[in-house]
Amino acid sequence: MVSEPLAVPRHREQAAREGRAWRAWYVLRSHPSMIAGLVLLAIVLFVTIFGPSLVPYKPLKTDPENRLLPPSALHLMGTDAFGRDILSRVVNGARLDLFIAFSVVAIALGIGVFVGMFSGYYGGRVDDVVMRITDVILAFPSFILALAITAILGNSIPNVIIAIAIAYIPYFVRLTRGEVLSAKERDYAEAARCVGNSNWRIIYLHLLPNCLTPALVQATLCLGWAILDASGLAFLGLGIRPPTPEWGVLVSEGSRDIIGGQWWTSFFPGAVIVLTAFGFNLVGDSLRDVTSPTEAVQ
Amino acid sequence: MGSLRRYVLRRLALAFVTLCGVVVVVFIITRILPGNPAAVRVGPYAKPELLAQMEKEMGLDKPLPVQFVNYVAKLARGDLGKSWRTGQPVQQDLWQRLPATLELALAATLIAIIVGVVLGILAALFHNSWFDQVVRIFTIFGASTALFWLALVFIFVFYYRLGWAASPLGRLTVGIEPPARITGMFIVDSLLTGNATALKDTLHHLALPAFTLAFVVSAPITKIVRAGMLDQLNADYIRTAKTIGVPMREILWRDALRNAMIPILTTIGIVFGYLMAGNVLVEMIFAWPGIGSYAWMALLNKDFEAIQGFVLLIAAMYVLLNLAIDLLYSVVDPRIRLG
Repeated sequence: MVSEPLAVPRHREQAAREGRAWRAWYVLRSHPSMIAGLVLLAIVLFVTIFGPSLVPYKPLKTDPENRLLPPSALHLMGTDAFGRDILSRVVNGARLDLFIAFSVVAIALGIGVFVGMFSGYYGGRVDDVVMRITDVILAFPSFILALAITAILGNSIPNVIIAIAIAYIPYFVRLTRGEVLSAKERDYAEAARCVGNSNWRIIYLHLLPNCLTPALVQATLCLGWAILDASGLAFLGLGIRPPTPEWGVLVSEGSRDIIGGQWWTSFFPGAVIVLTAFGFNLVGDSLRDVTSPTEAVQ
Repeated sequence: MGSLRRYVLRRLALAFVTLCGVVVVVFIITRILPGNPAAVRVGPYAKPELLAQMEKEMGLDKPLPVQFVNYVAKLARGDLGKSWRTGQPVQQDLWQRLPATLELALAATLIAIIVGVVLGILAALFHNSWFDQVVRIFTIFGASTALFWLALVFIFVFYYRLGWAASPLGRLTVGIEPPARITGMFIVDSLLTGNATALKDTLHHLALPAFTLAFVVSAPITKIVRAGMLDQLNADYIRTAKTIGVPMREILWRDALRNAMIPILTTIGIVFGYLMAGNVLVEMIFAWPGIGSYAWMALLNKDFEAIQGFVLLIAAMYVLLNLAIDLLYSVVDPRIRLG
């Protein structure tokens, strides 16, 4: 007897799930750039997870007899000045770069959404102060701010993550706050208030799910930026230092060979940085198109 | 005029508050974050006495509020401290090197605006065509490009392989005298003094770093021009103009572009921050003697006052530029000052 009333909802749930899948497919089909981005990211993810056990060489193994070899069947991306295989180094660097990017975005998203919800919901003096603070942080180009913070904190992976995350927090605060400002006036929020929900419950149970979309789109874009910023810092010699096989470090090490005509030592690691960022940006840009048609470029 | 003045005053006050905030943030970054500049400077193996002496020399032994007051007082006198590496006042170093950076940034912005406006208008005109798609991919790719990588690719292709560009080593070929310093921007100075040799060599050296920066920066400008033009081209007044037979060229340049100008100006303001950040990477690669490479050398040498001064200068310029753009709108567009 208990299973009877449940049968209908379960059926409905399945229909809803099919509907969602159908809609997702429909969206994908009309956004080829999203497919391209997802494919790129799938490749990057695959390489990150399985790559290190598939590549034929150790990333730190030097081989002086085979130094600066151009790309060939043996060394698909050539070798560097110490005879290290570039492909193996690039593949082994993927984990670190993605780890940094995801950590940065997790921190910035978490703090940014929390502060933005709070600030937008309560408004008033608190909101004024929060907005002025974001104004000030946004007055610094994010790369410069991250650079200054890393310089003071010192070179380490957690410090790079913290530095870039601080620079990205204001974006999430702003987006979330804007959403909350309009969402809190909506009927469902009013209703939740009327039946006596606490402010915290309204914010995190009712408003949050409805205010998260722009922040999540931004998060996708920020994943790409974080990779660019972290590798840019490493290229300058900040944050992550050689011989760690991080992509920016690899480009920096290879940059010395350019004038000698050995382009491959810097080209391939850099190309991987750009393609990964490109993947995140393609997906993020299409997501923005889909989720906020008014804001996006037609 | 009353409301315009009130708007300008409010905007000025806001910019002032932001600038004060910028000073506080720079102070927080350099004095309150757990890193210790004195410890970094003396190195990890220094004796405690040496560390204490360095802290005293840098004024780090005083309580934070006192440090802050000292810092603001120095700033108010236009004193950014002394560079440990060059032995000169930081403001003097920055002032000497700023023209090189501005010249590069302005050249890049100019190229980016030309590329962005042309591509953006064409993409809007041929909306949803293959060309539009290519432009869209270009704008996303530009936003994904690592400047330092692009700079290296350009150097390899245009300097090493094709030999078109000058060597990536500064603003002039060794042996060529810089023009007499008037503005410090070599193009302007050599034009003013009629120095053709210096002008040609300057342009030759400027091209590659400027195009590197412009490639990345033209992406957001293209995007915003396209969006703005699409909005305008679908507007009623344009349809009317078309119907009564105003030539398309005139509609595009005189009406649509002018009305799409505000978001374009805003984007150029935003892009400036990116240019200044990108300058650190690009100037380092091209050995360009501007404030970006100065900051990089300061970073390598743990020259904190210099880094602090650089960051402060960038943020201040950014705030003031955006203030200028906002004020410009209120003059150009009556809707803003009345709204």
